[in-house]
Amino acid sequence: MNEKNTVTSSTQYLTFTLGSEVFAVDIAKIREVLEYTLVTKVPRTPGFMCGVINLRGSVVPVVDMRLKFGMEPREKSVNTCIIILEIAQDDGVVVMGALADSVREVMELEPDQIEPPPKIGMRLRSDFLKGMGKQEGRFIMILDIDRIFSVDELSSLQNAA
Amino acid sequence: MNVEIDTSAFTEEAYELLSELEDSLLELEASPQDQELISRVFRAMHTIKGSGAMFGFDAVAEFTHEVETVFDMARNGTIPVTKPLIDLTLAARDQIRAMLDAAAGGEPADQANANRIIAGLRGLSPEKKGGGGSTAPAAPSGKAQAPSQAANEPHIFRIRFAPNPEIFATGTNPLLLLNELRELGECRVVANTEKLPDFEELDPEQCYTGWEIFLTTELGENAIHDVFIFVEDECDINIRLLDRDQVMRDQETTKKLGQILLERGDINPNELEKALMPLGDRLVQAGAVTPDKVRAALTEQQVIQEKQDKKKTAETATSVRVPSDKLDSLVDLVGELVTMQARLNQTAGTIGDHTLQLIAEEVERLTAELRDNTMSIRMLTIDTTFNKFKRLVRDLSTELGKEIELITSGGETELDKTVIDQLNDPLVHIIRNSIDHGVEAPDVRRACGKNPVGKITLSAIHSGASVLIRVTDDGAGLDAQRLRAKGIEKGLLSPDEEISEKEAFQLIFAAGFSTAAKITNVSGRGVGMDVVRRSIEGLRGSIDVTSTLGKGTTITLKLPLTLAIIEGLLVMVEGEYFVLPLAAVEECVELSRDDVDKAHGRHVINVRGEIIPYIRIRSRFEIGGTPPDIEQIVISEVDEKRIGFVVDKVVGQHQTVIKTLGKNFQHSEEFSGATILGNGGVALILDLNKMVRYVEEEEIRELDSP
Repeated sequence: MNEKNTVTSSTQYLTFTLGSEVFAVDIAKIREVLEYTLVTKVPRTPGFMCGVINLRGSVVPVVDMRLKFGMEPREKSVNTCIIILEIAQDDGVVVMGALADSVREVMELEPDQIEPPPKIGMRLRSDFLKGMGKQEGRFIMILDIDRIFSVDELSSLQNAA
Repeated sequence: MNVEIDTSAFTEEAYELLSELEDSLLELEASPQDQELISRVFRAMHTIKGSGAMFGFDAVAEFTHEVETVFDMARNGTIPVTKPLIDLTLAARDQIRAMLDAAAGGEPADQANANRIIAGLRGLSPEKKGGGGSTAPAAPSGKAQAPSQAANEPHIFRIRFAPNPEIFATGTNPLLLLNELRELGECRVVANTEKLPDFEELDPEQCYTGWEIFLTTELGENAIHDVFIFVEDECDINIRLLDRDQVMRDQETTKKLGQILLERGDINPNELEKALMPLGDRLVQAGAVTPDKVRAALTEQQVIQEKQDKKKTAETATSVRVPSDKLDSLVDLVGELVTMQARLNQTAGTIGDHTLQLIAEEVERLTAELRDNTMSIRMLTIDTTFNKFKRLVRDLSTELGKEIELITSGGETELDKTVIDQLNDPLVHIIRNSIDHGVEAPDVRRACGKNPVGKITLSAIHSGASVLIRVTDDGAGLDAQRLRAKGIEKGLLSPDEEISEKEAFQLIFAAGFSTAAKITNVSGRGVGMDVVRRSIEGLRGSIDVTSTLGKGTTITLKLPLTLAIIEGLLVMVEGEYFVLPLAAVEECVELSRDDVDKAHGRHVINVRGEIIPYIRIRSRFEIGGTPPDIEQIVISEVDEKRIGFVVDKVVGQHQTVIKTLGKNFQHSEEFSGATILGNGGVALILDLNKMVRYVEEEEIRELDSP
């Protein structure tokens, strides 16, 4: 955002927060960001599957990122939003929503600003992360969104629920 | 450099012709004397050859030419239609298909095979012997065909029927005669009232009217004479065949009115010339003819014109070829329109403005019509699918050394294109199973006192909003005991578990289940029926088996007519909306606290003397809150049983555009999809069959482990 002479290898990321933590998703994966609307719960699905919303005539599943990452649920606020993502699943692109506490900004990260995620001490499965970014001394967790939203990941718990 | 020509039109047409060819050949095998069928085969070959050459498929054209040559001889009666001829032609058909596939980038066609087929076909032709001698016996059949065909061609007759005035005295009612004529074919009657006197002079017991009748019929003149047989003496009857004259020869031009009147002798040429401009009126003014005569002549013109028009339309635009993705997007758009319309209705209702409501109602009507029309465009008859199986049965039964006859019925039943497309593979599985495991070898059948020729019946019928497709064989049937033993062996059942016959039959749908003693390349690997079941359920259908040992097996597939839009019943539980497929719903009754108390905690209710179990949607889906004092039970038919579903409130009928939930909810099998409501919210569509099955399974499990 601050520098226009983009280096080809740098990527833009959208950052959002869950609690006080900042996460980032490759902007190429994002279709749009919506305000929180009524989500229809699909019974007998894992808790993190929020349900489905009507996105201009299509039915789009929404995942509560807090619950997916094992955090406590939280009351919805005016900042709560749904990030609409385009996920590469088995045989094509699937549109899904991610419920986040708030969306912050679009930022650019150079490859040298990103480090591989540490294997331990993250309180988050390391295969969910593409890397760790740094910005003004804060860590930004760059998510591997295709992995988090893979069919296996989303449906694995459904039978148990 | 070659100019790129879009050959897809040719290949598509060719594939269609090939499947038509296959059908004709198989029919021809059953009735080898049928000249019409032979011609049909010939025509298909000829078209493939012609357009193949045009689009640069020279190899196809050359090959087809050889086959065509032989069939031309069959058509002329030079060679008889025999099984070897049909076998070779079928092989040739496959070869053409392979060649087309090769041209489309598939594997190259086997040239040696082509040569073999050509050699075989050439061997059939009697050319070396000189065709003259063998022509004689077959020729009469060809000739006999011609006149009978001509008789079936509809003709227009003009009948002038003028009864004597005294005809009523004999008790004859001319109107009954006219009615009789109407039964012969399409009939137009013009009354000729010129003899009718003034009212004061009218004798009600006399008949003053004559009629001119234009009858389009396939029957001959004698049939018309038969109608008048008892009154011939009491009236003037003049029957003339109209279209045998030059009318049909110069089809493009219908006869002019004046010409007709002239020919009929109603006017002379001078009178005609005088009045040539606005013809009908002038003639009447000039007193040359009565208005009735003009009217009769006009009708005559019209009848002939209509017949020709009909012929023309039949020849030209009977169908339009449209890429199916265009249709799909049309259906999507209609779906969105239906959703919007629901919203408009709701908004109009809230605002309460009368004019707006009228508009909303009109839009609703139009939307419903548009929806039905769009859906009907996507409807295809199932006979193409059925016809494919004739070949399958023929080839497989030969391979397995069995004799099997496939009987199809209800091929005209229409189903959504998507359903038909996805129905093919499951049906192949089922029919293969019937051929391999169901129908016994001829000697075994003879030993059982059965007809050595086995029979497989494939039928389709409408049943409400569903279509039932049945595959019935008269083979060995399913052995419940053996199925049970196999189930225990596979660990699907515990050894001491007693199961009903029906449950035993259900075992064949378990994955990896096969009772076949040996694995053939046809079936027996046990990967068939579970896949079949899954794909049928994927189509929101269900599958059922009935069988009698030694008598045969019937597999019934129940499929929805369409996958895109259904009529649903919208219900509400604690503010959440659900849709039940209306087709399954039978009635809604109230469930009061009293009723619940009376059942002592059991989930059953007495409806007019019938005990009906019910499922509480609230507890099934773990929706919190307290139920209202009076709940509603929606009683539905699920798997031929009546089962109730308890909800807080029944909202009403809802046009449900089905949206899939996608893979991420693949384990939420109790929902067949979701739909968008008028208020923009989402409601889930319940799959009642699956829900009941899960509840049953869970309850059994709970009872087993107290």
